[in-house]
Amino acid sequence: MAERVLFFILAIVAIVSAGGVVLSRNPVRSALLLVLNFFTLALIYFMLSAQFIGALQVIVYAGAIMVLFLFVIMLLNLGSPEAVMQERDLKRPLAYLIGFGILATLVGQAFVLLLPMTPQPPSQAGTAKVIGQALFTQWAYPVLLMGVLLTVGVIGSILLARRRVS
Amino acid sequence: MDAVPLNAYLILSAFLFTMGAIGVVVKRNPIVMFMCIELMLNAANLTFVAFARYQTDLLAQVSGHIFVLFVFGVAAAEVAVGLGIITVIFRLRESIDVDEVSLLRG
Amino acid sequence: MTLADFGWAIVRIAIMLGFLLSVLPVVIWLERRALAWFQNRVGPNRLGPFGLLQPMADAVKLFFKEEIVPASADRFIWALAPALSLFPALAAAATIPWGPNRLLTPVADVDIGVLYFLAMSSLAAYGVLLAGWSSNNKYSLLGGLRSSAQVISYELGMGLALAAAVLAAGSFRMTTIVEMQAQPLWGVVPFLHNWLIFTPWGLIGGALFFVCMLAETNRAPFDLPEAESELVAGYQTEYSSMKFAAFFMGEYIAILAICGVMTTCFLGGYLAPISWSPIQALGEGGGFWGIVATLTGALTPPLWFVLKLFGLFFSFLWIRATLLRLRYDQLMNLGWRFLIPVGLVNLALLTVYVIWGWIPSLIGYALAIAVYFVVFAARRPERRTVALLSEAQPYRPKEAQSG
Repeated sequence: MAERVLFFILAIVAIVSAGGVVLSRNPVRSALLLVLNFFTLALIYFMLSAQFIGALQVIVYAGAIMVLFLFVIMLLNLGSPEAVMQERDLKRPLAYLIGFGILATLVGQAFVLLLPMTPQPPSQAGTAKVIGQALFTQWAYPVLLMGVLLTVGVIGSILLARRRVS
Repeated sequence: MDAVPLNAYLILSAFLFTMGAIGVVVKRNPIVMFMCIELMLNAANLTFVAFARYQTDLLAQVSGHIFVLFVFGVAAAEVAVGLGIITVIFRLRESIDVDEVSLLRG
Repeated sequence: MTLADFGWAIVRIAIMLGFLLSVLPVVIWLERRALAWFQNRVGPNRLGPFGLLQPMADAVKLFFKEEIVPASADRFIWALAPALSLFPALAAAATIPWGPNRLLTPVADVDIGVLYFLAMSSLAAYGVLLAGWSSNNKYSLLGGLRSSAQVISYELGMGLALAAAVLAAGSFRMTTIVEMQAQPLWGVVPFLHNWLIFTPWGLIGGALFFVCMLAETNRAPFDLPEAESELVAGYQTEYSSMKFAAFFMGEYIAILAICGVMTTCFLGGYLAPISWSPIQALGEGGGFWGIVATLTGALTPPLWFVLKLFGLFFSFLWIRATLLRLRYDQLMNLGWRFLIPVGLVNLALLTVYVIWGWIPSLIGYALAIAVYFVVFAARRPERRTVALLSEAQPYRPKEAQSG
C-alpha cells in the first residue's frame, strides 16, 4: 500500500516535470525540470531495488550531463524564452498525432502481453558487487568498447570546441 | 501489502517516451531537443530496470542493470559531442534556431 | 520498516542535524579566530568570552538586513539557488558513521554509502550555477560558471580517490570501510589501527582527496570564484540577508560533511589511533571498571571523530592563511592534467596489490614515482631572462594552434 502511494506520487511528479520540459519556453526552466525528472527517476530506481543504478543516475545524469547542458545554455546565452511560433502550423498537430500513436502502441502492449505482475523478492542484483562481477567477466568486451566510445567522445568534443585562429 | 504491478512502470515509461518524442519534433531550440532525447533514453532505462526487477533469474536481472549502464555511457558521450556541435554552429551562425539552420548553406 | 526502525531513524536524523547545525557557529568562530592568529592579529573577541557569540551576532545582523532583489532576474530560480546550495550539503552527511553503535549511526547505512555522497556532492554544482545565472549580472555569471566548472572537474579526482578507499575495503558501505581500518596496521603491527592513510594507496588517495576537497568547497587556494578581490563576491553578489546566510551556511556545512567523509574513509573514522585501550583491558572482568569501560567505549568514538574532523578543518584554515590563490587556468590544469592521472595510477597500483600482494605493489609505486620524476618533473621550465627590466615582456600563454 505504501509502495503504491509512493509510486503514484513519484509517477505524477515525473510526468508533470517531463511535461514541463516540453511545454516550457525558457530553456533554463526546461533544464531544471529535467533535473527534477531525473531525480524522481532515481527515486523510482531505488524503489525497484536498483540502488547502484539509482545512485549512478544522480551522479551521471543529474550531476554531470545536466550541468553540461546548463553550461552550454549559459555560455551561449540561450536562456531567453523562445519566440512565439509564427508559421509552420503543420508541425505541431503532426507531432501530437505521432505522439499519440506511440503512446497508444506502447500502452496497448503493456496491457496485452502476459507480464509477471508481482515482483521477485529483492535480490542481490542491484548491488555493486553483482553488477561489477557481471560487468567485468561476462560483459567485458562491451565495457572496453564503451571505454573506447567515451574516449572518442572526449577527443571529439575537445576538437570541436577548439578555437580556430584564421 | 500489494506491490506495484509491472504495467504501471511500463505505462509511466511510455508517457515519458511519448513526451520526449513530441518534444524533439516540436521544439526549435536544439538544446531543448537534446534534452527531450535524454528524456526518451531515460524512459527506456526505466523500462529496463522495471523488467529486471520482475525476472526470476539473477543473470537476467543483472543484465537489465548492465544495459542501463551502457545507456548511461552512450548518453554521456552523445551529449558531449552533440553540445560541441551546437557550440560550433552557434559560433558560425549566431543563431541556433533549427528552423533557420536547417538550410545547408554557408 | 517497523515503527521502531522509523523511530530510531528520526533519532539519528535529529542527532546528525543537531550536530551539524550546532557545530556550525563554532566552526565559523574558529575560522575567524584562527585566521586572525595566523595573520598576527586578534580577530573578534568582544562578543562573549573569546568572541564566541560573534556568529550569533552575524546571524542576527543578516536576519535584519534588507533583502534586495535584482530587477530583471528570474525570481524563482534566484530564490531556489540558496536552497539548492544548502540541501545537498546537509544531505551528504547522511551516510557518515560517527560511532560503532548501529542504532545511532549513521543516518542511513546503505550499501552505496560512498556513491550517495558522490551524488550529493555532484548536486552541489547547481546552487552555484543557478545563483550566477539568475542574478543577471555578468560578474555573477562568470563567477558561477567558473566555480561550477571547477567543482565538476575536481569531482573526478574525488571519485578516483574514493575508489581507492572502496577497493581497499571491498564495499561501498561506509561502516565496512571503517571496520576495514579497525584491523591491525598492515595486518601485522598489533597495537595500531590500519588507517587507510598509512598505506601507500591510502596516502596518495588521501592527499588527492584532500586537494579535491579544497577545490570542491571553493576554499583557498582554489577560491578564485568567491575571492573578494577578484569578482566582487562572485556568484553571491546579488544575494543579501538570509539568502546569503544560506550560501554561507551551505559552504561550511559542505566543508564539514566532506571532512567527515575524508575522516571516515582515510583517517579511520571513529577509531582511536591505538587499538589497545587500558580501560577496556581493565574492564574485562566487569564490575566498576566494566561500567567505566562500557561508558568510554560508547562515548570516545564520537569524540575521536570530532577531533579528526576539527583537525582537518584546522588544516583547511592553515592552508587558507598560507597558500596563494591559484589562477583559474592553473587550477584546471592541476585538476585535469595532474590529479586525475595520479588517481588512475593509484587505482591501478592498488589493483596490483589486491591481485599480487604488497611487494609487487610497492615496486610499482617506486617505479611510478621514479618515472614521474624522470619524465615530467626534471624538464627544465621555460625561462626568459632579460638584460634590462624595461625589456621585460608580460607573460602570455602560447597562442592556440591554428585549425
